[in-house]
Amino acid sequence: MKKIMRLKPFLIAAGLLCFGCATQAQSDIEITKDIIPGNTKPIPVSLSGFTGEAAEVIQFDLYVQGFSFTTPDVAQYLISGGNNGNLTGRATDRFNKSVLVNKSYTGASLRRQAHAFVEDFLHAIGRKGVDPTKKIAFKVDTGANGEIYIADFDGHNAQAITHDNAIVAAPAWVPGRLALCYTSYRFGNPDIFLHDLTTGQRTGVARFAGSNISPAPSPDGSKVAMILSKSGAVDLWVANIDGSGLRQLTKTREDDSSPCWSPDGQWICFATKINERRSLCKVPAAGGPVQRISTSGVSNPSEPDWSPDGKWIVFTAQMGGFEICVVPASGGTATLLVSGEDPSWSPNSRTVVFARRSGGSRRLSLLDVPTKQVKDVSRISGSNSQPSWAK
Amino acid sequence: MKSTKLTYLLVCALAMTLAATGCKKKPVRVTDLPGQRVGSPGGGQPTPLPPGGTVPGGETPIGGGQLPEDLNDLSRFNQDRETLAAHIVHFDFDSAVVKSSEKANVEAVAAYMKSTPKVALLVEGHCDERGTEEYNRALGERRALALREALVSSGADASRITTRSFGEDKPVAVGHDESAWKQNRRGEFVVLHPK
Repeated sequence: MKKIMRLKPFLIAAGLLCFGCATQAQSDIEITKDIIPGNTKPIPVSLSGFTGEAAEVIQFDLYVQGFSFTTPDVAQYLISGGNNGNLTGRATDRFNKSVLVNKSYTGASLRRQAHAFVEDFLHAIGRKGVDPTKKIAFKVDTGANGEIYIADFDGHNAQAITHDNAIVAAPAWVPGRLALCYTSYRFGNPDIFLHDLTTGQRTGVARFAGSNISPAPSPDGSKVAMILSKSGAVDLWVANIDGSGLRQLTKTREDDSSPCWSPDGQWICFATKINERRSLCKVPAAGGPVQRISTSGVSNPSEPDWSPDGKWIVFTAQMGGFEICVVPASGGTATLLVSGEDPSWSPNSRTVVFARRSGGSRRLSLLDVPTKQVKDVSRISGSNSQPSWAK
Repeated sequence: MKSTKLTYLLVCALAMTLAATGCKKKPVRVTDLPGQRVGSPGGGQPTPLPPGGTVPGGETPIGGGQLPEDLNDLSRFNQDRETLAAHIVHFDFDSAVVKSSEKANVEAVAAYMKSTPKVALLVEGHCDERGTEEYNRALGERRALALREALVSSGADASRITTRSFGEDKPVAVGHDESAWKQNRRGEFVVLHPK
């Protein structure tokens, strides 16, 4: 009896402590009015008349942009057409009966026509589509070595752009140009290259001793952020896109990694460790103090990517497995979306391409952040990872 | 009985104070990360790595085309993994700390460097698969640099030691469990003999 009497005050204290913590935690949640990541219902549409590859493409493109498929009596939009030779497509709003799209498509391929039809439908309802002309770049590992590939956002029309037969990593599009930065071990240690896809020429951007990794071109294409170890520590540096004008942005003993830029070009966000805790941080691109970006609710964040509309940072959280998460760009409570890693935003700030582990290998997948709808893209034989979506 | 009541009140007061203040997040402030750097022993100055490839410039054709040799520093050497293979250093998960249990390996490598003046050394950092790829690439480099620092502390010449990271790309054990992972979290020492 005596023992229980002594315990009681502590139980009450513990209860009060928990209550206190709970109420404090609630004040960290930011209220954002636009998209609620992971918590938005898909928009129901009905599809009819399309067959084969055209039907596949239309269904794929709609699903990864947050639509679901149902019967015409309960759909919000009615989408119909045919693909006898060329594609014809029609989309109407079931409620107000307005005709949103009514078009015949010619030229290119049936796939391209189908992509274009979905884009037209999205524009007609006030949405930004993925812009099927914006390709993804990624790496394919086959055993010990790999190559950099580019493909349509659904994985089709893939082509290798390197033939290094070496370890390659981290391709990143230069915005507004058909050019990529990436890392290659072709010459021994990891070097960063700029590869112009229109001329086929590539030039060295950072080929210093040590490891030159994780290139991130700036939104205006004029600069590149990189992780270099030339100074004796693994730090964040920035240079002009040709490698000139090199400046060091961080000086720490911790391993900084995976830089990405804010869309206004003012900040570089990256992963590091502060006080023994892995965190996302940002530093002014012109130089200055490093600030932490809080990601409450998840731990071990890495591989951030800042949405083109400036509002969100998508990243990988490692908690046992790997999880794709988003957090408001100013920091706050993170939302866990789907298992996966290494995300990259589409220009529409809504669709994300990422990699997921499957067996002993990785493959690429697309995620609609608001609805959490996920679909794998076509894969190249081998492990496909580290995707970058052109902007 | 009275002491129990007092304890009760004190504990409640403490708990309420803690509840009110203990969980409060610090206000968001701009804070500098600590400016510590990897340095040579006895001095505050960072030890720069020896000059690597030339400053970037010049066009490089892709694919099978032959590239100018002077852009590739490592190509001037024969890489020898055997001589120091017995001294591979292992690391704890998500750590680049050179453990005290690895001191003998570090000393042996430093002794070899001191007694073999004509060679250079390439320290390679590796990781297990439990990290994202670029994070692991950075962590591997930090491991390599930590070993370089340890070697310099043991008297090896910093200007003859360079580093590279392979992240998780070159595991020695392919399993998905700790017995494989612990083998993969390592630093390897590659002797560079000038050609």
